[in-house]
Amino acid sequence: MNKERLVLVGNGMAGMRTIEELLKLEPDLYEITVFGAEPHPNYNRILLSPVLSGEKTIDEIILNSRDWYAEHGITLHTGDPVEHIDRRKRLVRSRFGLEVPYDRLILATGSNPFIIPVPGADLPGVLGYRDIADVEAMIETARGFKRAIVIGGGLLGLEAAYGLQQQGMEVTVVHLLDTLMERQLDKPAAALLKASLEKRGLTFLMEAQTAAIQGRDRVESVRFADGSEIATDLVVMAVGIRPNMALAQSAGIHCERGIVVDDTMLTYDARIYAIGECVQHRGQCYGLVAPLFEQAKVCANHLAKLGYGRYQGSVTSTKLKVTGIDLFSAGQYQGGDGCEEILFQDPGAGIYKKLVIRENRLAGAVLYGDTIDGAWFFQLMREATDISAMREDLLFGQAHLGDSGHGGQTQAALMTDEMQVCDCNGVCKGEIVKAITSKGLFTLEDVKLHTKAAASCGSCTGLVEQILASTLGSDYSTPEAKPICTCTDYSHDQVRAAIREQHLTSLSDCFEKLDWRRPDGCHVCRPALNYYLISTWPAEAIDDSQSRFVNERVHANIQKDGTYSVIPRIFGGETSPAQLRAIAEAAEKYAVRSVKITGGQRIDLLGLTKEQLPHIWKDLTDAGFVSGHAYGKSMRTVKTCVGSQWCRFGVQDSTKMGIELEELTWGSWTPHKFKLAVSGCPRNCAEATIKDFGVVAIESGWELHIGGNGGVKVRATDVLCRVTTPEQVKEYCGAFMQLYREEARYLERTAPWVERVGLAYIKKRIVEDEIGRRAFYKRFLESQKQAQVDPWKERAAGAEAHEFTALKQVNG
Amino acid sequence: MTAVDDKTWLEVGTLDEIPRQGARVLKREGGDIAVFRTAADEVFALLNRCPHRGGPLSEGILYGRNIVCPLHNWCLDLASGEAKEPDEGCAPAYATRIEAGRVFVCTEPN
Ligand code: SRM
Ligand SMILES: Cc1cc2nc3c(=O)[nH]c(=O)nc-3n(C[C@H](O)[C@H](O)[C@H](O)COP(=O)(O)OP(=O)(O)OC[C@H]3O[C@@H](n4cnc5c(N)ncnc54)[C@H](O)[C@@H]3O)c2cc1C
Ligand code: SF4
Ligand code: FES
Repeated sequence: MNKERLVLVGNGMAGMRTIEELLKLEPDLYEITVFGAEPHPNYNRILLSPVLSGEKTIDEIILNSRDWYAEHGITLHTGDPVEHIDRRKRLVRSRFGLEVPYDRLILATGSNPFIIPVPGADLPGVLGYRDIADVEAMIETARGFKRAIVIGGGLLGLEAAYGLQQQGMEVTVVHLLDTLMERQLDKPAAALLKASLEKRGLTFLMEAQTAAIQGRDRVESVRFADGSEIATDLVVMAVGIRPNMALAQSAGIHCERGIVVDDTMLTYDARIYAIGECVQHRGQCYGLVAPLFEQAKVCANHLAKLGYGRYQGSVTSTKLKVTGIDLFSAGQYQGGDGCEEILFQDPGAGIYKKLVIRENRLAGAVLYGDTIDGAWFFQLMREATDISAMREDLLFGQAHLGDSGHGGQTQAALMTDEMQVCDCNGVCKGEIVKAITSKGLFTLEDVKLHTKAAASCGSCTGLVEQILASTLGSDYSTPEAKPICTCTDYSHDQVRAAIREQHLTSLSDCFEKLDWRRPDGCHVCRPALNYYLISTWPAEAIDDSQSRFVNERVHANIQKDGTYSVIPRIFGGETSPAQLRAIAEAAEKYAVRSVKITGGQRIDLLGLTKEQLPHIWKDLTDAGFVSGHAYGKSMRTVKTCVGSQWCRFGVQDSTKMGIELEELTWGSWTPHKFKLAVSGCPRNCAEATIKDFGVVAIESGWELHIGGNGGVKVRATDVLCRVTTPEQVKEYCGAFMQLYREEARYLERTAPWVERVGLAYIKKRIVEDEIGRRAFYKRFLESQKQAQVDPWKERAAGAEAHEFTALKQVNG
Repeated sequence: MTAVDDKTWLEVGTLDEIPRQGARVLKREGGDIAVFRTAADEVFALLNRCPHRGGPLSEGILYGRNIVCPLHNWCLDLASGEAKEPDEGCAPAYATRIEAGRVFVCTEPN
């Protein structure tokens, strides 16, 4: 019964991973006590940046909940740092006076952000970037203040800067050297990164040395060595970290740059292990989780008394977690003596790749803009594969090896089972596929839970989703810059430009002028071409119904049994007894099999045969309904809340605004479905911040949001701007929709589109350019004239009758 | 085609009644038949049930001599009813002929 006592000092990523690994091997060996200086249970520090940028909440990044500790019989003391180790008596003492004896002790105290010792560094408003408290302080500052300076243009500094900007601050990044992220990137890649961050609205001050931070009660400005000054309300120092070894030192444990450990993670005291960023192993300190997790495995192996694990150091790779920027770097990216470099540059497309080769082995890689082959390069590097045979094609990635280059095939399908997908947690493709099939997993969350893939920094999320999709066989359609389909070599953007420039108005024009390989295209290109034609030439192009998916052709949603559903439009979600009665009567008359309230605030009538459609439409349109377009790549719904008409918190009439927006936009065809919502106050009951165009009422008017998305991949909106009148809301909405309709690729929803072109670009076209905005709005209104003809009414009156009747009926 | 007994040939309507690159349905108790018309005005007929999960093939997108099922995108050859790789399966196919603009379908499967 007398278990050995294990104490962990430092409730962070490395320490807790060691405990988890230990529990997997030996769940009952120790009585475990954990001390943490922070008031939280263990959380995913890497995901602080998404918390700062508002893409995640703190609850979402908790790794081990308090319940988890309780379930595993672990005693947890949070908010109470260990301040003393008595190695003779073998006990630790905490700040609040707790004394806990140990048989074995793990030190996992992490590191501290380095604060440059300049005058004023201790002023309120000067922060490091390390923990939840820092992030909370930054978000709090962003609420009341406008300007921020981030000192340090490395990984952490750039993530902090991006996050603060997403919080609405004007951010200047100050860097000592002339290139950003010099520890991970070479100059050309760094220059591309800088340009793209500038496009997103960040300002840079390069080669600037901070001399002093100035201010009376809190920071007011920063002065530089050349005498210049910049006013600011917040300074974040992200200039590096220092292993946190004060506790170990005070206990007389041998330390150099960090706590010195051997290959079994043992310190100079045979009862004390150390792990994580606080340690120095073979002269090396690490600041990324992948190596720390490898250390954790080894340490757990010894704690479990297996005794064979050895840690021999790690090769590390880096990705930057700024939404929409793809960057990968690993190994000796700078090259040098005895190295050769292979380069690829396409500044126009924002792509840069460099591979460093030494003795026929890949020694380093920097990828910018197209990082899809990062995992593969990293594997070649770690396994020291001889690459002489594939040298010529290496740069073009794995997809180009051999002659099996199927278009549209996903990266995941090409990966072998041994290839590592998640670098943080060392998870291979095979493990993920096995978990999906043997455990019946269907969602990303499940895979994270069971395999830990994508559960740390999240940068392999896309790859894991692809593996899910290819293993489960679902067909996610994602648009890309590749050829539209195998009928052509042209990309979506090229075809669209040709349609505009060469004034092509029909499918046969396109096939002929653009040298299509199949005389009548295929099911992939035809719907796209048809959309480009009717959106570019609304008055001239003929909408080809045979190139539309059945739902859009027959104006109802096909169901799995071949029947259809009918969803009439309920403008702004507001209805009336008369409307409800009409729906009820139609539902009864046609023996509708189910009546369902949709997630879009309207009513769905399911289980109708094709022949019934024109008849039920007649009844519905006679009662004043129009089609809800629930079936189309088109404007779907406008969700609203009750707003100021009724709600005690409402500040504007959101229902009326929603109805007006729906009246304005219904019937329009878009590259992908398009949803709107209007909330009456920032409580946001209509969930406007996950819509393609969201409107949130504020005291002074309306806040306009764009690019939100529920569904497979949730994305919260970006704020476009604030306006004061309903007329402006409509103008901005129409203009935004028109920009989207004219420029996004077919099947590209606003969320990925906004990420691709950048918020700054959309602001430039819609907010900053008043004349341009008006022109967009005008074109939108113009094309709505053609679009707002109710397709149901036409068909109820006999249009396209062949669609809804059998060619012939025979008995027997 | 002459080998088939004349009685099994059924006149279903005129070519004009079937949209180009589209289909119409012949309703019958033994299972509906989809009658397709290609861009080149050829006519084909398949049992209107996708070999995958029974999707109505008449509602798919037609290109060349292929029909793409509306439910999960299986692609079938109009002449043989065979699914394209990597999918496996076959929808029964029926012979067709056009005489003076009138379309006939042989209601015995090939
Ligand atoms: C009626 C309804 C709006 C509407 O017309 O559609 C509504 C109305 C109110 N919501 Fe809501 N919410 C309504 C759905 C939502 C939704 C959407 C959903 O879940 O279906 C959300 C977003 C999801 C969520 O919960 O975050 C939502 C997020 C809120 C919030 C923000 C909660 C938060 O933690 O962020 C509040 C404010 C609060 O609770 O402090 C809130 C608070 C309120 C209160 C109760 C305000 C109050 O404290 O008195 C509103 C009552 C107004 C009134 O006088 O009747 N309502 N509210 C919705 C009722 C749905 C229902 O009957 O079930
Ligand atoms: C904003 C940010 C972004 C990052 N992004 C990435 C990334 O994308 N990829 C990547 O690989 N890495 C990233 N990192 C680095 C990664 O988070 C760290 O390498 C990792 O958290 C280190 O783990 P650790 O357990 O050694 O230290 P920590 O996670 O810092 O844990 C140490 C814990 O010990 C506590 N502690 C210290 N002293 C005591 C004491 N005396 N008593 C009790 N408790 C004590 C600390 O409060 C802390 O909670 C990022 C770090 C930050 C800050
Ligand atoms: S979530 Fe959507 S796709 Fe999935 S079952 Fe429901 S309706 Fe169908
Ligand atoms: S039913 Fe035809 S593809 Fe599934």
